[in-house]
Amino acid sequence: MHPRLQLDGITKRYPAVVANDEVSLTVMPGEIHAVLGENGAGKSTLMKAIYGAVRPDAGTIHWNGVPIDVRSPAEARTHGISMVFQHFSLFDSLTVAENVLLGLDRSVSLAAVTEGIRDKAGEYGLEIDPRRPVHTLSVGERQRVEIVRALLTDPRLLILDEPTSVLTPQAVERLFVTLRQLASTGCSILYISHKLDEIRALCHRCTVLRAGRVAGVVDPAVQTNAELSRLMIGAEPPRVEHRPRTPGALALRVDALSLPARDAHGVALEAVSLDVHAGEIVGVAGVSGNGQAELLAALSGEDPRAAASAVQLQGRGVGRASPAARRRLGLHFVPEERLGRGAVPSLSLAQNVLLTRADARTLGRAGWISHARFEAIARAVIARFGVKAGGPGAPAASLSGGNLQKFIVGREVDADPKVLVVAQPTWGVDVGAAAQIRAELLALRDAGCALLVVSEELDELFEITDRLHVIARGRLSPSIETARATVEQVGVWMSGLWPAAGETADAH
Amino acid sequence: MRIEARAEPSRLMAWLSPVLALAITVLVGVALFVLLGKDPVKGLLVFFHEPVRNVYALTELGVKATPLVLCALGLAACFRANVWNIGAEGQLVAGAIAGGGVALLATPETGRALLPLILVAGVLGGIAWAGIVALLRDRFNANEILVSLMLVYVAQLALSFLVHGPWKDPQGYNFPQTRMFVPEALVPVLVPSSRLHLGAPIALVAVAVTWVFMFRTFAGYQLQVGGLAPLAARYAGFSSRRALWTSLSISGGFAGLAGALEAAGPLGQLTPHVSPGYGFAAIIVAFVGRLHPVGIVLAALLMSMFYIGGELAQSRLGLPNALTGVFQGLLLVALLACDTLIHYRIRPGR
Repeated sequence: MHPRLQLDGITKRYPAVVANDEVSLTVMPGEIHAVLGENGAGKSTLMKAIYGAVRPDAGTIHWNGVPIDVRSPAEARTHGISMVFQHFSLFDSLTVAENVLLGLDRSVSLAAVTEGIRDKAGEYGLEIDPRRPVHTLSVGERQRVEIVRALLTDPRLLILDEPTSVLTPQAVERLFVTLRQLASTGCSILYISHKLDEIRALCHRCTVLRAGRVAGVVDPAVQTNAELSRLMIGAEPPRVEHRPRTPGALALRVDALSLPARDAHGVALEAVSLDVHAGEIVGVAGVSGNGQAELLAALSGEDPRAAASAVQLQGRGVGRASPAARRRLGLHFVPEERLGRGAVPSLSLAQNVLLTRADARTLGRAGWISHARFEAIARAVIARFGVKAGGPGAPAASLSGGNLQKFIVGREVDADPKVLVVAQPTWGVDVGAAAQIRAELLALRDAGCALLVVSEELDELFEITDRLHVIARGRLSPSIETARATVEQVGVWMSGLWPAAGETADAH
Repeated sequence: MRIEARAEPSRLMAWLSPVLALAITVLVGVALFVLLGKDPVKGLLVFFHEPVRNVYALTELGVKATPLVLCALGLAACFRANVWNIGAEGQLVAGAIAGGGVALLATPETGRALLPLILVAGVLGGIAWAGIVALLRDRFNANEILVSLMLVYVAQLALSFLVHGPWKDPQGYNFPQTRMFVPEALVPVLVPSSRLHLGAPIALVAVAVTWVFMFRTFAGYQLQVGGLAPLAARYAGFSSRRALWTSLSISGGFAGLAGALEAAGPLGQLTPHVSPGYGFAAIIVAFVGRLHPVGIVLAALLMSMFYIGGELAQSRLGLPNALTGVFQGLLLVALLACDTLIHYRIRPGR
């Protein structure tokens, strides 16, 4: 039997870096093949070469034993190669169905596509409304659209780039069932991930990339996490030390926060209440699109519609205050979107420091910008957090996602916040950087900061939080001590099924 | 054929793009002269040599560049803030009306003291006119492109009404114009026997002030973040309303100043045509100057050459004055094409 896909000596050089250096990879029909590697190891470039989005400088691609030259994604699709990108390619102003239609054969009607999406989504347990405009969807929901779009083409090779980061544990299990089912029909799957447990549970074989080269091809089922990590980063993964907390005074209180939805597809918040004390990390788990974005906007001040007393900082009602006013009271925020929200893509890192660090200390009274001062802050953040960047003058857009996240987290941590609200602290960030960010958040907690972490990665919440809430359909569960919580229980809560207040001793 | 994004747009080319656009404009211009049966060398000399031939020609260049620089500076502030004000022409006319109105009050007895008032009135007139745009956008979410453009015609008609009616010179043989302002109300001339006036150094000061505002003040920074990444501006807590009002006020103020300087400068009176489209040409100046204050000075000088060249082409070569507009438009189209090709490339095939 010919391999479904065989890559030999794929090399791709960019002016500054060799992204792929003589990479070879073989995928058999029906095989689920993992590609493991840190950010910048060359996974994306390799996948784009297969998908026709990038032309390799050297090397050959065999498809079912026949040499092929994939010149465009459209050509890849005619071969039966489909891909779900980590960065989505959806038009905001169009609906889900219209977006899917754009990538398909034009002769299909919108109604047929809508029906097809419903069928596929139902078949694979992916909740999606084909008529919703994409701009109203959260990151997780957009990813679901991309997965369904790929499945609709009935691929012979499906490439998935970090597909589980936004799913509940139960949904991950369902997806795995789906993928195994898909594989059993003969479809090959290339599964790109940094989650070692998932790769070991799902994949038949694993190609590990490091710095553009193949570091090893292994059977993940017989490898330990430590062995895989060593192959991937050349060292043991850093461990995060989680000591018991000593919570202090109440720092952030959300008191029966209710907000109507901003548009037809937004989520309304219903009587959300939570407390965060100095020196503790409180987590909010949940599948994206359940009110996280709305809650975060109300906390950060980007949405100042809440009643003043609904959001309290050190006892002061700030529900109507601007983000800048809240920062002056010590509340800092790391948003989920890095480029365009957490940072201005075309501005330098030093200039991006100004976004949230412009205050009396750094700016002076007259409002003059001293570039030297902001460059010094940027340089300090870059050094302390090990941000890989050309320097304080490098544009934010030139950094990889993980490095930009380190910079943004660093910028807010460096501000010495009293309360830090973080959304998706390590989404798409490689293992080393993620561990570093989590360690910094814990260090901040031990220094007496109150932290609220909203994340869709349960592992992460279990690793760093002291207490956990779950958000579902705009309502917030009671909190539970993380040490006493189980993944199964939180998974059930994610569907909105938690005991009413008073029924459980864990509820605060 | 299809168009695809380049992985890394060349930074060098981004700076060279205006130069390239000028070269393309010249080439098309040569072709145009040949088609019209004129000597292309002579044509180019009229456009690119005559305007810099001697001191007098250079002062004329400065006279034309002054309102262009002022209008373009304000437009650059707007465009950087993502506020698409294309009505600098109307704000200039409003400034000319306000400044001219004060200038008409001047008599030999009031002396020089009124001159600063004339300029301040021009600034305020321009701000008021731009303020209408800001107000309608702010309160009713009205599209600022349409509102600012339509207000140009309103301003021009208001001026026309004034010089045809209440402000018409009684001794003017019924021409639609005001009486000449008294010499004390006129902007002082810098070079004797030329028309180059105090407005030119004022425009250069405005260039410096704008540069400092854009790149050295927090307010200017907030404005630009609002234009570059609205979500980041909201995240940081920068007010989009303030950006709207600030940028339109800057634009209106500078354009209004340009209008008052024109009225109390080279014109010395109000006529229905205080501006040969400076406010519109300034849009091109702002973009050719890369929305940068220093670039705007260079681009404004270039556009003035087109103005003077167009006038000369009329008398020397017997070509229509519309040639000025053709060259200005060509330059903008060529620039936009160059910019597009810096960010994208054309590939044959599907």
